[in-house]
Amino acid sequence: MPNKENIEDTMYHETLPDPRGYFGLYGGRYVPETLMSTLDELENAYQEAKADPSFHQELDGLLANYVGRPTPLYFARNLSKSCGGAKIYLKREDLAHSGAHKINNTLGQALLARRMGKHRLVAETGAGQHGVATATAAALLGMECVIYMGSADMARQAPNVDRMHLLGGTVREVNTGSRTLKDAINEAIRDWVSNVRSTYYLLGSALGPHPYPLIVRDFQTVIGREAREQILAAEGHLPDLLIACVGGGSNSIGLFHPFLDDPVRMIGVEAGGRGIETGKHAARFADPRRGRLGVLHGTRTYVLQDADGQILPTHSISAGLDYPAVGPEHSYLRDQTRVKYTYATDAEALDAFHTLCRMEGIIPALESAHAVAEAIKRAPKLGPDQVIIVNLSGRGDKDLDTVIKIMEAE
Amino acid sequence: MMDGIEHITAAFAQAKRENRAAVIPYLPLGYPQPERSLALAEAAIDGGADLLELGIPFSDPLADGPLIQQATHTALQQGITVARCLEMAKKLRKREISPPFVFMGYYNPILAYGVEEFCRGCTDAGVDGLIVPDLPPEEGKELEGACQEQGIALIYLVAPTSPPERVRLISERSQGFIYLVSVTGITGPRDQLPSDLAAFVHRVQMITDKPLAVGFGISSYPQASRVAKLADGVIVGSELLRRAQGNDGVAQVRAFVAGLRRAAIKG
Repeated sequence: MPNKENIEDTMYHETLPDPRGYFGLYGGRYVPETLMSTLDELENAYQEAKADPSFHQELDGLLANYVGRPTPLYFARNLSKSCGGAKIYLKREDLAHSGAHKINNTLGQALLARRMGKHRLVAETGAGQHGVATATAAALLGMECVIYMGSADMARQAPNVDRMHLLGGTVREVNTGSRTLKDAINEAIRDWVSNVRSTYYLLGSALGPHPYPLIVRDFQTVIGREAREQILAAEGHLPDLLIACVGGGSNSIGLFHPFLDDPVRMIGVEAGGRGIETGKHAARFADPRRGRLGVLHGTRTYVLQDADGQILPTHSISAGLDYPAVGPEHSYLRDQTRVKYTYATDAEALDAFHTLCRMEGIIPALESAHAVAEAIKRAPKLGPDQVIIVNLSGRGDKDLDTVIKIMEAE
Repeated sequence: MMDGIEHITAAFAQAKRENRAAVIPYLPLGYPQPERSLALAEAAIDGGADLLELGIPFSDPLADGPLIQQATHTALQQGITVARCLEMAKKLRKREISPPFVFMGYYNPILAYGVEEFCRGCTDAGVDGLIVPDLPPEEGKELEGACQEQGIALIYLVAPTSPPERVRLISERSQGFIYLVSVTGITGPRDQLPSDLAAFVHRVQMITDKPLAVGFGISSYPQASRVAKLADGVIVGSELLRRAQGNDGVAQVRAFVAGLRRAAIKG
């Protein structure tokens, strides 16, 4: 854990990203020229919105009355008791409207799009949660919405495809490459490049070209700000440890960021898939042979790639973590050793999924189950007066097919 | 001996003396097979290419439409790597008559190869310039430095959405020529050129004297002819690739490039 002095030395997060969109070595804008002026416009529009009280008033109103914020910070008594050790609290983003933290960002960005006079939204989605949240925001604000989704993900997250349709979204199937999130982003960017004057790209994670990592982070920090107040009210002190899963990294940065100045340890959990040695995973930080500094989807960060710089296919039981790059701020926080990154395998995430179902009566998203798995490992090593907050980023209804198929096979 | 930038400049100057726009065919290396892609490139040279744009395949070509996506995917399945692209360019360079070569490739494979090592490899292979579609000038410092050391041109792209201050930045930084993206979109044949193309070209010409080559969507002789009247170069990719796909692909490529060369007379 960083001591107090170190923390004061590393008050970087107020000033980062720098004006060029970099968090240290990571970030930037690696996009076709066609998009450069749009990114400038977006950055300006965002800074204006950020300084405009009426923007916040509208967003806060929606977050309170439409999303149902603040989401509870729930003390998981049974789970804590069973682990023996620290108290485990769950930040219940699964209870946010549309079933995950994604809505915090999509409402913010959809309001921003409207300010910019753009009425057509395009988005990518992996697990479908961001797609659903985008379609939700589009329905609410009367916007057109096109969502790109890999065909492999459409098959494994079918309920979310139906939801997007019901909400009036158009889902476009992507059959290129690995037919997952990476390929959906390629197609969403191609659409954006082709329709840039009318279209707003509503990126769902803390990645992509500047200013997206900043915008998505800012809209998601509501998670950490609430959790900080709630834990102080419940326990009278800060937590000892924060745990969240890391795909692109939006729910984790949302929880972590407001605590960066505090003496609080943080762990980001990547998808370990079938194990790091198999190569079938999405753990950018855990596999130094494949996870190296590179450029994908507009940002410079850790990317799973082969020796020739071709992007590698990834694997995770959870579609939302099944992605070869990680948000640039995470790469930076890892370099600074401010956040520790680890992974949970498919099997560990599944175990944690069942544990949470049975012990707490909560069906978590498979993504969030990766964070729960880490909490189960960590809690016994801490004392009973210590506190862990796990970001329960989404609910698991969308994953029932996947889980039940595995149960039947066993 | 001339360096890459001078080679490219000379090729545009020669076309200008002949009252033509330079014809710049694009072919992805390794498609449909390594040997065949060399034969196609030779056919483009025989057809009269003034410069040749050789594609380095990438797994996630986000500025490209379906034709080039498919072709580069096939090339990767054939085991094409950056190192093999360098070897293939070197092989082509051994011919008696050959125009300047320009690599077109996304940034990540170049980074993975090592920026400086890649530029040294380009010089060794006789490659004169680089086009990196996901590298705007703001991010180009590192590659620019390595290119400069080797006398290789780093060619930046300008888009219809680029405001005057960006046109200025790109014009200052781009070497050899400026790649003018005709449409707000991805690569691929289009029935019509955008109606505001002439205005866009003029807008850039007001700011720079460097040669302008227009690409994206040019797929017919009349289109090439119209572009030739506006600009200094015509880049043709997807349509050439479409014609390269049949059994008679080599002959088709040669004939199409020759036809483009006739169409590109400024008249």
